[in-house]
Amino acid sequence: MARMSMAHNLHSYWQALPLTLVLLAFLVFPIAVIGIVSFWDYNSYSLIPDFMLDNYQYLLSSPVTLQAYLNTFKYAALTWFFTLSIGFTVAYFLAFHLRSTRTQTLCFVICTVPFFTSNIIRMISWIPLLGRNGLVNSTLQASGLTEQPLSFLLYSDFAVVLAYVHLYTLFMVVPIFNSMMRIDRNLVEAAVDAGASGFQIIRDIIVPLSRSGIIVGSIFVFTLVMGDFVTVKIMGGGIKANVGMMIYNEISLLQYPAAAASAIVLLATVMIMLVILFRLVDIRKEL
Amino acid sequence: MAGSVELIQTTKLYDGHRAVDGINLKVPGGSYCCLLGPSGCGKSTTLRMIAGHEAVSDGDILLDNRNVTLLSPRQRGTAMMFQNYALFPHLSCRDNVAYGLKIAGQGKAERYRAADDMLDLVTMSGFADKLPGQLSGGQQQRIALARALICRPEVVLLDEPLSALDPFLRVRMRKELKSLQRQLGLTFIHVTHSQEEAFALADLAIVMSDGRIEQSGHPRDIFEAPRTEFVANFIGGHNVLQPNSTLLPTDLHPSFSIRADQLTIEPLDVTPPNTITRLEATIVDVEFQAQFFYVETRLDDGQTVMCYLPENRMDDALVCHGQRVALHWEKSAINLFDTRATTR
Repeated sequence: MARMSMAHNLHSYWQALPLTLVLLAFLVFPIAVIGIVSFWDYNSYSLIPDFMLDNYQYLLSSPVTLQAYLNTFKYAALTWFFTLSIGFTVAYFLAFHLRSTRTQTLCFVICTVPFFTSNIIRMISWIPLLGRNGLVNSTLQASGLTEQPLSFLLYSDFAVVLAYVHLYTLFMVVPIFNSMMRIDRNLVEAAVDAGASGFQIIRDIIVPLSRSGIIVGSIFVFTLVMGDFVTVKIMGGGIKANVGMMIYNEISLLQYPAAAASAIVLLATVMIMLVILFRLVDIRKEL
Repeated sequence: MAGSVELIQTTKLYDGHRAVDGINLKVPGGSYCCLLGPSGCGKSTTLRMIAGHEAVSDGDILLDNRNVTLLSPRQRGTAMMFQNYALFPHLSCRDNVAYGLKIAGQGKAERYRAADDMLDLVTMSGFADKLPGQLSGGQQQRIALARALICRPEVVLLDEPLSALDPFLRVRMRKELKSLQRQLGLTFIHVTHSQEEAFALADLAIVMSDGRIEQSGHPRDIFEAPRTEFVANFIGGHNVLQPNSTLLPTDLHPSFSIRADQLTIEPLDVTPPNTITRLEATIVDVEFQAQFFYVETRLDDGQTVMCYLPENRMDDALVCHGQRVALHWEKSAINLFDTRATTR
């Protein structure tokens, strides 16, 4: 008996081995290297192995860092707000207003259509639309609504948040839709029976019962926005910066240890946020 | 009287299919009414139309002589108890019960006091702070009942309230429902597919089939004189027989029924008086059912007749498998079906 169960245990370890190796090689090892390099010294053309805290000291006392973090949090908060509003509405419509499973599936597939192309292409396609001589501005001017082209449309916070919302709303829709589909429809009827209005039903029944979906969606959106730099680079036009852009700039200047230190701090920030969010939801119940 | 319900030519169409087909029904206030029928007969749809959870395709619904066909559930003054109870899983029992008052705009202290009183009524005071998921089926049902009663409805609608319980608990909750209904003097409309449940509870039983009312009345009247072949078969305890040359009082009816407990089994050589119909049959099966014996016999033309034989009338020598016997019944015990109903 004992031998058999030991053999069984051994088999389980064998089965888990490939994934463990992959994670060690492609996740743990790179992060460890970044962690080590973040303590190294550097000059303009070489990395010097060392153990010093200068990188962190500079990073944590620089006003540029503070600005970049504030910007990142601002993007994250705004994106979260808009993706949540849109995502909740879309999921609610899909889950409660579409009667047949067929239209539900069809509309769900339509929601995923933007994902048929890459992030970069989807972002770049905004540029001819929002630019100074873009479609929106020329329409507004031709119709006489504005005299000058609106400059906030592109290379601005507006453009960055717009792109984020466009890219990430589906990450909010899917988990919320998933938890809404598990809500017993009789609960809605019971609330109607008690006299609840549409708004009261959403507030008292649907929001509390899709809470875990909302939190899972928020986790997706937060981590994606916090770690992003491409969107800010393209849509911010190099004027706007977030933490990702800061790291990107340091890498292009070959300041690898400084970039590594920034990366570690960003990782820690995101991890702290995730710990807080995961406290609010039992993720295993959702899978 | 308050709490009377009236349906006038009420119809429900689903994609052209008549789920409920123009039914007329009057339920007096303060009565316990059971809608009885097999699944798919339209009884739940009827209940949901009375509750206001299902739009009426045609016809009217009157509560207290007030036309409520287009009103919302709360405006009607009805309250529904759902089949799987539909308690809000994220709210405590107290909050579940108080929800209707919260919607009505009552303050927290006030509505919690009312909810605690209601929990007291269903003897669930000790569970006020528990979540529904922590309760057993019977306990959840009491909470659901308390929630339905909190807004002082005149009519309480129960959709198969006992079907999720085990048989022992079902009988107990049945008694509690009935006594609560009597105590509060409310109209209860209760949907069930169990004739036993309906007969035990109802002042007024409505037997439905295929979107129509087959028969309505006191359970005892229905049992004594089922109006159609369907009713006789559905409520059980009746033999539905087709007449032929050897057996039949008159040839006017296509079929008739005779109660299984009004048949006697006699030896072949007994000559009955002429108030009694005599038929020869072969015993196919004998089952002991505690209070009585269930005896299945077959007539010579192949029809099956069942008899409920009281234990003290059981004659082991006569009633055994394969025995030829004579079935006797009083001619007055024959129940003729309503021909207009059967040929509708």
